[in-house]
Parts: sequence; structure tokens; C-alpha cells
Amino acid sequence: MTSYISGSEDDVNVMLETAGVKSIDGLFKDIPEEHKISGLINLPKGISEFELKKELSLLSEKNIQPTISFLGAGSYNHFIPSTVSAITGRSEFYTGYTPYQAEISQGSLQAIYEFQTMIAHLSGMDMANASMYDGATALGESAIMACTHTKKEKVLVAKSVHPEYRQVLHTYMAGRNIEVSEIKTDKGSVDIADLKAKLDDKTAGVIVQSPNFFGIIEDQEQIAEIAHGNSSLFISCVVEAMSLGYLKNPGECGADIFAGEGQSLGISQCYGGPHLGLIAVKKPLLRRLPGRISGKTVDADGKEAFILTLQAREQHIRREKASSNICTNQGLCAIAATVYLSTVGNKLMEIARQNHQKTNYAFESMSSCAEVLFQRPFFNEFVVKIPNANSDIKTLLQKGIIAGLPLEEYYPDMSDCILVCCTEMTTREQIDLLKSEIQNAGGNTQ
Amino acid sequence: MKTIFEKWQRDDNGFTFAKLDVPDNEAVPEKFLRKSLELPIISEPEVIRHYTTLSKRNFGVDLGFYPLGSCTMKYNPKINEDVARLAGFTELHPYMPQSSCQGAMQLMYELTDYLKEIAGMDAVTLQPAAGSHGEFTGMMVMKNYFQEKGASRNKVLIPDSAHGTNPATVTMSGLTCVQVKSNQKGTVDLDDLRNKMDKDVVGIMLTNPNTLGLFEEDILEVIRIVHDKGGLAYCDGANLNAIMGLVRPGDLGFDVIHFNLHKSFSTPHGCGGPGAGPIGVKEFLKRYLPNPSIEKEDEIYRFFYSKDSIGKVKAFYGNFGMLVRAYTYIRGLGSDGIRLAAERAVLNANYMKERLKPHYHLTYDRICQHEFVIDDSNMPNGVTTNDIAKRLLDFGFHAPTVYFPLIVQGAMMIEPTETETKETLDQFIDALIQIKHEAENEPDKVKNAPWTTPVKRVDAVKAAREVDITYCTICS
Repeated sequence: MTSYISGSEDDVNVMLETAGVKSIDGLFKDIPEEHKISGLINLPKGISEFELKKELSLLSEKNIQPTISFLGAGSYNHFIPSTVSAITGRSEFYTGYTPYQAEISQGSLQAIYEFQTMIAHLSGMDMANASMYDGATALGESAIMACTHTKKEKVLVAKSVHPEYRQVLHTYMAGRNIEVSEIKTDKGSVDIADLKAKLDDKTAGVIVQSPNFFGIIEDQEQIAEIAHGNSSLFISCVVEAMSLGYLKNPGECGADIFAGEGQSLGISQCYGGPHLGLIAVKKPLLRRLPGRISGKTVDADGKEAFILTLQAREQHIRREKASSNICTNQGLCAIAATVYLSTVGNKLMEIARQNHQKTNYAFESMSSCAEVLFQRPFFNEFVVKIPNANSDIKTLLQKGIIAGLPLEEYYPDMSDCILVCCTEMTTREQIDLLKSEIQNAGGNTQ
Repeated sequence: MKTIFEKWQRDDNGFTFAKLDVPDNEAVPEKFLRKSLELPIISEPEVIRHYTTLSKRNFGVDLGFYPLGSCTMKYNPKINEDVARLAGFTELHPYMPQSSCQGAMQLMYELTDYLKEIAGMDAVTLQPAAGSHGEFTGMMVMKNYFQEKGASRNKVLIPDSAHGTNPATVTMSGLTCVQVKSNQKGTVDLDDLRNKMDKDVVGIMLTNPNTLGLFEEDILEVIRIVHDKGGLAYCDGANLNAIMGLVRPGDLGFDVIHFNLHKSFSTPHGCGGPGAGPIGVKEFLKRYLPNPSIEKEDEIYRFFYSKDSIGKVKAFYGNFGMLVRAYTYIRGLGSDGIRLAAERAVLNANYMKERLKPHYHLTYDRICQHEFVIDDSNMPNGVTTNDIAKRLLDFGFHAPTVYFPLIVQGAMMIEPTETETKETLDQFIDALIQIKHEAENEPDKVKNAPWTTPVKRVDAVKAAREVDITYCTICS
């Protein structure tokens, strides 16, 4: 299929003549002759759109969707109103580039300005940027900001932070040669004594996720106070953005930097990406922000207008001295989140509360048939321990039920533990079914 | 235009969700709870009108010619969007058991095979989310390779024509940039390269074709100089669209390359993203790639974890939705189509260059690849590149990339791509010629452009001085 490549034979001949070459080959004379190839022999031949559609449909159907799933752990099944795809499907938005020419990019610049405002408000921070790749990379960049701002070169990260986020953090810190030390977990949340013991005068920032990987709400205010007492910054990481509609926000808890994942705000799970990295800061850190920022100004007639601003931080101006190398971000996902938040408005609080209430019901149901691991306040996830979890999970999978995420792979001492997540999409019927299936599988009826 | 916050309508937007079917119980202490939320309360029709109106104030490839140099703004095929929205892809949770994700894993596995073939590399990771993220991944692979060998190399050579992301990436990787000069012909100065290449150098980061749209004619010698002193060669693949199917960077000696799926392989730019920036490497670097990779055994796809990996650069496996689109593009075009795309992209650029040559100063007068650079050095009456860019907007075109590469003063970098017709190219060329006449005869028309856009020339200085990046009523 070559329907999107232009050029009739006549046109090609005219253009070759204008270009001053006899044939297409004449345009490639700078390529070393001995390395020119006649074709890509290991690439299949092209196919028609009809065949493509069939092939891709078949591939998508090879993925087996569960009838019921309690998977969360960084990717959440929330309801997406139809307004979102109606707007992100507009090709003025999805086929636009980064808004370099402000005069013909007011649409995306204003949408991003609105996005920045909503994220700053949700997180309780002063200002946000136009998005990062995902929550994990936003966290990596946050740690770098903390180090450049405090001129220190060590960060502490709680072990209750999402394991993949910590892995990404370690990679980013290895790049900058920054030391990372992990804070132990005590009964599912940050071990405060260990945090205090590990803080030292090299510590630029303390990174805590709340709700943490086990779904537990950390005492961020206490942690912020301890970090600040040591002249270190407090970085609050939120992987489940839905929680921002229910829980006290990071800014209010004392965070200096907020790093988050916005997938829950109108973006599909899509096998882990594209998602939406969020970053927001208190005022003193404004000029440390990585990436694009849209700002309000005026045009030549004094009319309100928007433009990319504070570019002196960025790679195309500052090159090796830039705050980050980020160029492409997740613009369209940011627009999706903006439309989502505009559609649900302050009802986000109600949706978020439902997430917790369903999970609370599930927590109580599971408490009666299995061991719930941590008796601490949680948002929409919790850990349950069932004997023979691995075989039970397999049995349930055959019935189309995903009971949750087995944790042993990430925390070797947590064998037979699974992380269970409910959202506003989960029904009571599904929770009741999970309970009875676990009872049947384990024969443990207490 | 008013922001969404100024359109606040009432105390209830009418949005409802399913009635709660579990007891109305909460178990979180008061001190952890949010007290209020002030998001705009607007009815659905007004939300749609607001963002639809905004979309009409935005330019995209579907509206017209978008010749941004080094951005490869080709047409984004509609079939890509359709298949990427299939529920079997969009509703897939990344932690579903591998046995339930065989379709997604097969797609990723085959896409890595396609990219390996196109670049002449031995292994590919799809994890990086964008080009500069791929650069970081590649640099970390190279850094780990030398660390493991116990070599304390810490410098990276970068030509002065490079994208800003290259030096920024080097810093993120904890290494130091050393700039290499370009020669009169616009390519790497071999003498300068020889002088700067020593045993402290990790390698060279080179865009080929370079940002002037020129294929590095001494590329074999460049790579030989670097390899001879034990360094590695990194190819910034931003401009792969010019050479795919014609020559493979791996065959030229490059050890690492990143791909911009949102450039060469037609995935849309989405007003800034999401993109995808896979990297390809030679066999000896494979074990350093981010975890996991996908392997195939007896028709079953499995994740594989290498103990020597640099770690993860992103949660999960990459921007999967963009991978679906790029896969669809390559599968549809096939081996012949991919090469034809490169040939036509290069033909379009050379045609435009020759037609513009009598009117604009062509910085490097030689055959170009997918893009070329003109500048404002012969513009009369003080008309600048920025003025020309703004005036082009009045003709219904996006402007070229301006003031880049930095080594050309007043640069305009024009990349037409293969998806544009000769008619479109002619219209754009005619517009540029007319602007030249205007610059001579009525320069104010150009200097005060644009005239027909939703807003007039936007004040960037005020934006930077009086920082307003959040709407203040809702943010304290």
C-alpha cells in the first residue's frame, strides 16, 4: 500500500529534471556505494488497507481480556466519557506538532494552559508543566530537580514506591551519578525511624508515594516535616491520580515537587502506554521545571494569547545546560486529561469516593475469608494473603477472573500476597464473586 | 478566547455515575481527606464546544503543508488510528499474564524485527517514549558498556550542527560534551574530529543525514576514526526518513541508533506527543538494553530479563499505542513502500531546493537528502527569518523550522516529506517567492505578519517576563 506517497510519473520526471539528476539514484551519490542495498529483504511486502485491518484485528483478538479484573498497580480501569475521544480524535489536535508557531497553535497552547492549571490545582502545587512521558520518568526528573536545586547529590526513596518507578529512578540517577538509598517499609508504609536514620547532609530529596504501591495512604505531612527539618525537599509521587479527588493533596501535605501519573484521568490502559507524566512544583522551583510550559501573554493588538514560555530552561536553547533533554512529551494525553476533568468537573470527588467505597467493601469481604495484610488506611488497593495464591490465581484465570497482582516477583518476602484494586467500574457482584471463588479455591472459610 | 475556567456555569454539571452498589462506608481518617475541589462545572455541550473551538484554532497536517525541518511531518494514515483504538489493545492491562497478551507481544516482537532490518541492527528495545528518551537510553547503554570494561571514558563528541537534545542527553547521562566543527561543505570536519577523538571519548553522536539535510559523505572515515580509538558510534535517527530502504546505519558501522516512530513511521505528533523512540544496537550491546525484551520460542512470546541491563527507562514496555500505529504503517507499506517513501521525500526536497535557489540564499548548494536549509542573508529591508515564517502562516502553511541548525544564521530548514504533491510544493514555493517580492516592495506587510491568523504576532518577551502559566482564580 503506497497510497500516502505522492507523485505521478510525469511529476516525478519534471522534478528530477529540475533537481538536475537523471534518475532517483542520482540523489543518493553521497551514500557509500558498497553499502547501498537493493531492498529490505527481511521485511514483508506491503498489503492493502483491507488486509491490514484484518491482520491487526486478529492480533488484537489474540489478547485475552478477562471478564473480571482486580488489577491496578500503576494502570487503572476507570470510566472514560465519550467527550474525550471526540476531542482527541479531532485531527487539528492529533496531527499538530509541538506549538512552535503560536499564532496558528492557540488551540493546543490554551488547552495546555488549562491542563497546567488543573494539574496544579489537583496536586495543590503552584505550577505544572505541559506533561512528561509517564509517572516513572516524571519521578526521575523530579529527583534531578531536587538535586540541582539543593546542590546535593543523594535521594531517598521509600520501598513502598512502585517497583518499576524505583527501577526507572535508579536508571535516571545512574545517569547523573546521584546516590539512591531506599527507605524500609514497616507494616506496609514508610519506616519513619529508617527514614530519619538515612537522612544526612547530602540528601537532596525524600521520595514517597501516596497512596503507596500497597494502596496505603502514607503520612505525608509527617514525612514532609522530617525532610524539611533536614533541609531536604519532599517529593510526593501519586501513581493513582484518581486519589487526588479524595485525599488531601501533596501541596497541602508539604510537598515541594509533585510527580504523578495521569492515566486515570481519561486515558486508556493500552498495555502500559501512552500514559501521562505529571510534574508540578512550588514557586521556588519554577525555573527548574523540565519540558514545555504554555504561558499567557498578548498579541500585537493587545489581545490575550498563549505561547510556549520560559524556554531558556530547555534543550534547544540551553543545550548541555538544559534542565532536561525532554523534547516530545505526551501532549495529546494532556489534552485528553483536560477534557476528562472538564467533563466530570467537581464530580471527580464523587467518583474518587466510590473507588474507595468499593475497595472498602472488597477489603471487608476479603477480611472474612483471607488474611488482609495491612490494617492501615488505603484508597483503592490493598494487599491480601491467600494460601497457595499462585495456584488459586491460575484457577481463577481459567474462569476469566484476574484476582490481582501477585507481589512475590517485586517483594520476594511477600509470597502468596496479591494486590487487589477496585475502581468505580467494579461492581458488588464482581467483588462477591471474587470472595466466593477464593473461598472455594482455598477451602479456607474461617 | 476565554479559558474553560471563565465559562463556569452552575453548581451541577449534570454528570452522573452509576449508583453506589456497596454500603456507603469510608475508612479513611478525616485528616487525610481532601476538603474541596474546584474544577470547572460546565455542561457537556459547552465542554465540547469549548474544545472544538480550540481545535479550530490549531493547525495540523490534515489542514495543510507542515514543512518543519527534522520533524518529518508526514501524513498520519487513518487506518493507524482505527487499529490503535481496537479494544483488544486499548483495554489491555500491562500486568495481564503473558499468556493473555500474546497478540500485543507478537506485534512488539515483529516490530523490533522490522526496525532491526531497516536499521541493520541486531537488537531493538521499544521502551523509550520519545527520541530524546531513546538518546538517553542509548547513551546509558554505551556508558554501561565502558563501565563494565573498567574504562573511565567520559566525553561524547557532538557536531556543532546537532539537535539540542544531543548535548542535553549527554549531560543527563553524566558525561561531558565536546563539540566537533562542521566544514565548509556542512559535514563533519575530519581534522577536528581526529584532534578530539581520544581514549577518554565514549563515542560520537551523529545525525545522518545531518540537520542540514546532508548525508555525511565521509561517514565511513568518521566512524573509523572513532572506532580506531575504541569509541562507539551513535546514530541520531531523526532523519531516517531520507535513507530507509536505501542504506542501513548498522551497515555503515553505527553501533547504536534511535528511531523516532513519530517521524519516519507516521505516528501522529499530538501537539507535542506522545511519540516513541526505540533504539537499535549491535549484538555486543544487546545485553545492556532495558528490561524486559521479548523472545519467541515455539510460537510463544515471553519476556526476557537481562542481568546486565541498564534497568528500566519507563514503566511497563513503551508507548504501546504508538507502536501499534508504526507497525501498521510499516506492514502496510512493506519493503518497497518504505524505500519509495524515502526516495520521494528526497526528490521533493531537491525539487524545492532547486526552485527556491534563485530567490533565497541556499546555505549549502549541493544535493540534499530529505531537507535543506535556506537563510535570510539576502533579504532586503531588514526582513528576517522570523518575519518570513510568520508571513507564511497567512498563506495557510506552517512555517519551516527556524533558526536551526545554529551554525546557519537565520536558518530556515525545510522538510517536505514524501506525502506532499508537486502542486502543494509549488504553492509553497510560490508563496515564498511572493514573500521575497513583498520584502522588497512592501516590507511592513512581512514584518508585521501574520494578518489572518486567530491572533496576531504573539508577544514572547512579555510571556517570559510576566509569568502567567496557571489560571489564578482556582490556584491560590
